[in-house]
Amino acid sequence: MSKLRYESPAIRKLNAGGMNKFGTRTEYEPVYPKVQFAWSYKTNYLDAVCRIFHQEGSWAEVVSGFEYEKALGNGVPGHRILFNGPEKTEAELRRAVELDSLIHIDHFDELYQLTDIAAGMGRKPRVAIRVNMDTGTYPLWDRFGFNYENGQAMEALTRIVSSGRLELIGLHCHIGTYMMSVEAYRKAIQKLGSLAVHSRDAWGIDIRYIDIGGGFPSGNQLRGAHATPTDALPSIDEYAEAITDELQRTGFAPDALPLLMLETGRALIDEAGYLLGSVLATKRLSDGRRANIMDFGVNILFTSFWYEHRISPAQPFSHHTEDVTIYGPLCMNIDMVRQHASLPLLNKGDRVVVHNVGAYNMTQWMQFIQMRPRVVLIDEQGAVHLIREAEDLAFIKLQERIPPHLADA
Amino acid sequence: MQLRKNIATSEDGFLFNPSTGDSWSANSMAAEWFAWLKEGRSREEIMDLITEKYEVERSRVELDWEDLMKQLQEARLLQS
Ligand SMILES: Cc1ncc(COP(=O)(O)O)c(C=O)c1O
Repeated sequence: MSKLRYESPAIRKLNAGGMNKFGTRTEYEPVYPKVQFAWSYKTNYLDAVCRIFHQEGSWAEVVSGFEYEKALGNGVPGHRILFNGPEKTEAELRRAVELDSLIHIDHFDELYQLTDIAAGMGRKPRVAIRVNMDTGTYPLWDRFGFNYENGQAMEALTRIVSSGRLELIGLHCHIGTYMMSVEAYRKAIQKLGSLAVHSRDAWGIDIRYIDIGGGFPSGNQLRGAHATPTDALPSIDEYAEAITDELQRTGFAPDALPLLMLETGRALIDEAGYLLGSVLATKRLSDGRRANIMDFGVNILFTSFWYEHRISPAQPFSHHTEDVTIYGPLCMNIDMVRQHASLPLLNKGDRVVVHNVGAYNMTQWMQFIQMRPRVVLIDEQGAVHLIREAEDLAFIKLQERIPPHLADA
Repeated sequence: MQLRKNIATSEDGFLFNPSTGDSWSANSMAAEWFAWLKEGRSREEIMDLITEKYEVERSRVELDWEDLMKQLQEARLLQS
């Protein structure tokens, strides 16, 4: 009998663990009794990716009408969509009210508009407000939502309650992204908690959920010489411990704890994405330093503006490394992927892998000079699925129109 | 060598640690080794089973065994 092909045994840590830290798989010792994740669409809204998160139990967090429709198309019922963001059109608000979504109000103009829409439709939309606050970190994201310290948040709540037309059920914040401080989340929970306790004591309204937004860092190294090395960042366990611990100290009765909602984006998807590219050319710069020109640049690797992306060669290489600058293929000065990378000598045609590109690239990328490439998904059995076609000229021209006087070319 | 008692394993190679919430996926070879470990088979028995069933030198399997144990140790999945 012929023997089977052997393969070395290996285990691989799954990112899903990040959600489990908050006790989403309640058959195992939960850290907090009620937790709900909502997939933050802008982080990566390729439908196949969104559907994986929905399969894992995530609701949807959207910040535009377009994302809202995408979530519906991915099978998320309206009542499980959190509608955030400063721009929600009249028609989009009506649709969200119709479908009973959770509308997170961003400013007073929206509050008044929604109150009028509710009156006109004879419906009582379920709402939360977005609160911004000082959590001891910089910068303050005070352009979104209502400020806590200056009393705006309290005023917004008072208006919602006194209007009688909106059902206040939640409180939301998103204190920033790539937040390296666990303490900031404790402060955020304390502040939202105090608003919730006030709502209960002053108006008899039980806040049913506290949405702490996203913001946990991923394993990518921030740009800049003084950036914290990734192995010094707090772990997801520490964030989970701080948030759930603080929630339980905030003055809710043990049987009336609010649902904890999370809109984690980057930390759940960044490390799942890789970019495969190759070397177009190598050259020496005027000062003698080596440079590699790659077939990918800031057009498809938007996050290279923030991160020192790890790049590794994908074929046997020598262990001698050199300091190189990595440029993209665009005929534009801004197209630099890494100013200083330590890489073995690469030659034209060599392949490389860029690590941790799953968050914000497949949404913020741009069709500029070059077209965007294919995206494939590798499933748990190792099968490869095409989930976005490479762009072509027809795709780009689809939206263009030629006025009659220019028609004859 | 044993996996910790509280670690949940599934046939298709899913491992879950309920006290930390971490999960791992094992490739099919590792999943098979875990199943044998669970049956209480010894290191020697497992080595025999593998070399009978698969096209591989025993010395390679021994190296891989050490390596897998290291991976499990780092993942804190082994009984101390
Ligand atoms: C309202 C809101 N929620 C969630 C997120 C996701 O954040 P992150 O990727 O940092 O987890 C963002 C991102 O900017 C956001 O604006």
